[in-house]
Amino acid sequence: MKKRIVPVLLLIALAAPLLWAALAPIQPATRDKLFEIPKGTWERRMAGKNEEILPDRITLTLGVRDVLHLRNNDTVPQIFGPVLIMPGQDFRLPFEQAGEHPFACTAHASGQMTVVVEEAPAAGWPRLRWRFQTLLNHFA
Amino acid sequence: MRRLLCGVMLLAAGAAWAASPAPKLKAGTFEPARVAPEIVQKAADGSTFKLSALRGKVVVLEFGFTHCYEVCPVSLAMLAEARKRLGADAGQLQVVFISVDPERDTPERMKSYLAQFDKGFVGLTGTPEQMAAIRKDYGITATKHPTAGSKTEYQMGHSSYLYFVDKQGKLRALMPYGRPADDIVHDVKLLAKE
Repeated sequence: MKKRIVPVLLLIALAAPLLWAALAPIQPATRDKLFEIPKGTWERRMAGKNEEILPDRITLTLGVRDVLHLRNNDTVPQIFGPVLIMPGQDFRLPFEQAGEHPFACTAHASGQMTVVVEEAPAAGWPRLRWRFQTLLNHFA
Repeated sequence: MRRLLCGVMLLAAGAAWAASPAPKLKAGTFEPARVAPEIVQKAADGSTFKLSALRGKVVVLEFGFTHCYEVCPVSLAMLAEARKRLGADAGQLQVVFISVDPERDTPERMKSYLAQFDKGFVGLTGTPEQMAAIRKDYGITATKHPTAGSKTEYQMGHSSYLYFVDKQGKLRALMPYGRPADDIVHDVKLLAKE
């Protein structure tokens, strides 16, 4: 009898976290995805240095990380889409619909960026995969 | 014992209420908010408009033009609907429509155009230089796009966001184009309560 219980317990111990990861609702501590425009961005751009400080594509997930949070630490205002973000100012833009949203952005050498908003991962395999991917990204 | 229990329950309810997050605006928000750049301009009805004179009201600024057939009419209709849904509180919201096409948007045209949506909307137009100065203060660009096959007709590319100014005159939030009237009502109510 004891011999049978051990593998069953082992199976439960393995399956429980997987089930939790697949079914438990995602409750993030914050829904903000923060991007900072560092001090000196404008000066470097004026000096002809075009290194990218923000990604060209930013991916957000509805209900999880769906607030784009931009912080302007530079000494000059930055324009993001129709928004003038003053030095030392934060701008938070919540998204409620999945899709691709192109924006003009002075912090990019190309002057453009795209915000990709994905649907919230559904319970089951998509949520399990999402959690696994997030874990991998964390260690990457 | 029963009183003690009631007291504990009331305390617990109070703590839960205090801990619940404050309702957030649905629009994009600035932190810290800066004072909205002043706008002093002759309004379409001939009066002198001064943005700072509207302290105590929530002001929504929309940049657009009367020949727009895609974005501006939809946003103005949403704002008119929001004012209806605010009911008795409609007076707390002042909509200001600022022309990005002053060459065609005469005061008379602005007045009759806006009246189709809501007679309470204020329209601002002026010289191209005056309107460009307002756009610059708000970080807005407007570009002419000639209509194919025409030498005179054109459309204007411009910001489609709504700019929310709170009762203290601070530029607090921007709402993207296409949000429903209920979102506008939600944010106006929150700002009006402060």
